[in-house]
Amino acid sequence: MHPTSAPMSNATRRETLRILALLGMAGIAGTARAASAPGWPDDAFHQKTMPDAVNALYGKPFEASDKVTLDVPEIAENGAVVPVNVGTTLPNVTTISILVPENPFTLAASYKLPDGTLPAIGCRLKMAKTSDVVAIVESDGKLFAATKNVKVTLGGCGG
Amino acid sequence: MPSTIRVRAMASGTQTDVQALIQHPMDSGFVKDSNGVLIPPRHIETVTFEHDGKPVLIADWGPAVSKDPYIKFAFKGGAKGDTLTVTWIDNQGKTDSLEAKIA
Repeated sequence: MHPTSAPMSNATRRETLRILALLGMAGIAGTARAASAPGWPDDAFHQKTMPDAVNALYGKPFEASDKVTLDVPEIAENGAVVPVNVGTTLPNVTTISILVPENPFTLAASYKLPDGTLPAIGCRLKMAKTSDVVAIVESDGKLFAATKNVKVTLGGCGG
Repeated sequence: MPSTIRVRAMASGTQTDVQALIQHPMDSGFVKDSNGVLIPPRHIETVTFEHDGKPVLIADWGPAVSKDPYIKFAFKGGAKGDTLTVTWIDNQGKTDSLEAKIA
């Protein structure tokens, strides 16, 4: 500060700093929100347990079903690229989600299927270590799941 | 600059099969670089596939989707020559889009 400028009282300076700090935080928060894609379920993707993730994403329970097929390798040598295929014979499928409970964040991917899209999705996921993989299919508004265990010999999260 | 998106859409009978590959680091935020510094998370959040302007798949992804993501799905309808638009946006607000013709 220029020495000849009017000395700012400590109270005023504290107030100014407080306001600047608040503005700074608001700026950061604003940027973070702006960067999130609209409709992306931020909360669900940050849950660390299976029940929390399902609850954040759907808010309702699921049941196991043999009508959901989950195709994953039994052993994945490279956890960085684990092929996952989900399909189902259930009708009126609106979403398909894939969860890996042993990953740092449980929810890996969630797909919205508009009318006319076939209920079958293939993708590749990272797995930090040996874990179950859970596929949840939303059919007629109800949740059905298939679970399979994948043994990972080399983790995919740089660990 | 070449597109980060490669997509192949094939009409076969009553449905169109779609396969797409997107070039993206999909940094999880848990990995350190060679200097031991944590690489900040950078991953695609949403990919939208549109057939003639109507969405046919919306993919919401977390950082657990592999680097250079691959996705495969199919939808009813779609004819040779129709437009399929693929758009992605990541958590840093970066985005890319590609229009492809159904073969």
